[in-house]
Amino acid sequence: MIQPVAIYVLWLREMLKFFRAKSRMIGAVAMPVFMLVFLGFGFRRVEIPGLPDTISYLQYLVPGILGMTLLFTGAFVGMSVLMDRQFGFLKEIMVTPASRISIVLGRIAGGATTSIIQALLMMFLAVLLGFTLPGLPAIVLATGIMLLISVIFISIGLILSSVMKDIHGFNTMINFIVFPLFLLSGALFPVSNLPPPIRVFSYLDPLTYGVDALRGILIGYSVIPVSIDAAILLALSIVMVVVCGYCFKKGAAL
Amino acid sequence: MSAILLHDLTKKFEDVTAVDAVTLNVGYGELFGLLGPNGAGKTTIINMLTTLLEPTSGTAHVAGFDIEKEQDQVRRHIGIIFQEPSLDIGLTGKENLNFHAMMYGIESGERKKRIAEVLSVVGLTEKADILVEKYSGGMKRRLEIARGLIHYPKVLFLDEPTLGLDAQTRRKIWDYIRFLNIHYKMSIVLTTHYMEEADYLCNRIAIIDQGSIIALDTPSGLKRQLEGDIVSLVVSGPTGDFISALKQDPQVREVTSDNDTLSITITDGEKRIPELFVLAQAHGVTIISVSLHKPSLEDVFIHLTGSTIREQEGSLHSHVHAGMTRRMHR
Repeated sequence: MIQPVAIYVLWLREMLKFFRAKSRMIGAVAMPVFMLVFLGFGFRRVEIPGLPDTISYLQYLVPGILGMTLLFTGAFVGMSVLMDRQFGFLKEIMVTPASRISIVLGRIAGGATTSIIQALLMMFLAVLLGFTLPGLPAIVLATGIMLLISVIFISIGLILSSVMKDIHGFNTMINFIVFPLFLLSGALFPVSNLPPPIRVFSYLDPLTYGVDALRGILIGYSVIPVSIDAAILLALSIVMVVVCGYCFKKGAAL
Repeated sequence: MSAILLHDLTKKFEDVTAVDAVTLNVGYGELFGLLGPNGAGKTTIINMLTTLLEPTSGTAHVAGFDIEKEQDQVRRHIGIIFQEPSLDIGLTGKENLNFHAMMYGIESGERKKRIAEVLSVVGLTEKADILVEKYSGGMKRRLEIARGLIHYPKVLFLDEPTLGLDAQTRRKIWDYIRFLNIHYKMSIVLTTHYMEEADYLCNRIAIIDQGSIIALDTPSGLKRQLEGDIVSLVVSGPTGDFISALKQDPQVREVTSDNDTLSITITDGEKRIPELFVLAQAHGVTIISVSLHKPSLEDVFIHLTGSTIREQEGSLHSHVHAGMTRRMHR
């Protein structure tokens, strides 16, 4: 069922297009860097409740912005499906013998690679602002968490793209989904600061566990043990991929 | 064995029946045409046969495989050139071909050989490393044809292969299609609403209108249905006697007159013109000009459907889609 060659082809296509479009990379990194610069410096002296004294706000913020980058770039991978649909290329993929699950995995592989490249780039840029980089093993481990986060949000975008045919509608829907996920996740401030009824939603948000795990690995501070975060993310990404494969099988190819 | 076998194939979109119980049999090696106006259901048939759409009812087999139960096998054995562009314009021509070949599991060495081969067939060898973005419409079409061939499909579908192309490019593409049919012994199904395209290329033609096949025959067989050529004479002098004399001729099927123009439906028109002159002279009629009109597929179509080939409203989706595609390609 899973055809490595088909996955590789779709991944390679994404890589070629990504590195050809330099503006895409700059654009994708610019936004998180702005967030980091303005929030990081703007709130430098502000005392945030629930944050240990030993951790500066910038240190706290970087993993959150990493999560944000993965969320935003990931969710918009679905957009490339809609673009392919408009350009007719989607049909070309759908008439080849590649299994639908391979097509989904290929898209995820391509999207996740570009998202992670952007996130890592941003993390290294954060060093210029004063972020203390952990050792290599921690970075490798964090990359694994980033992969899981990417898989989850790319799948959400892909599922939506199999249902919605209209680019503008897709854009509106994705923003409608992405912003609450971002604000609820504790990327900017500890979730414990939210009133309990809203906090419930934070714990339904996959990004909460993603950001928490990244903090645990990168700055050694997490609310939930990293292993539990990772287990939740892993389980969720498997479920999402399966749902996604189903949607691509059932959804109209045109 | 048939390359394609349709049995009562039907597709309904909500309240519209796009394809209505079509039964059809195309043999291996045949170059078969589906001819009809836009919106007749041709593309819907192709989309079902290429597994992109599920039929509402009925069955179909392509290269011996069921289009619903053996989708993977069907996909493996077909090639399709879509009506609308389906290339990745952000990649080069060669990359488009290479990715396609990889999807069909063709090994690297073989891939190189075949890419070189199909590129030379469509005459794009020199443009292979340029981004498709920079290709002209005709070049894109040829690249799509090259891509459709690279995995040596048993059955090739061509959906309006020359739509919107200029006369020279069109002629070239016709030559490729013939070449493929003969050289690769490929069974080819093409849809078109150009009469001359179907006439020039196809062994057999199904004329399809409003989702049903209304005629199925060879191009010459279809034309024979009209029973005769039309000879138009512009005449001067009293025509009454001449017309009644013509009507007594067993070879003449119909005579109509409009002012000084007579239209005579007659078999073997070109051979009969001299006799018409003699007959006209005998009745004191002077012939000023003569024209002979051989029946075309267009006449057959008019004869069968009662209207000239027309632009019908396509399904809403395809309409919107085509509009978007056009906009995106500017």
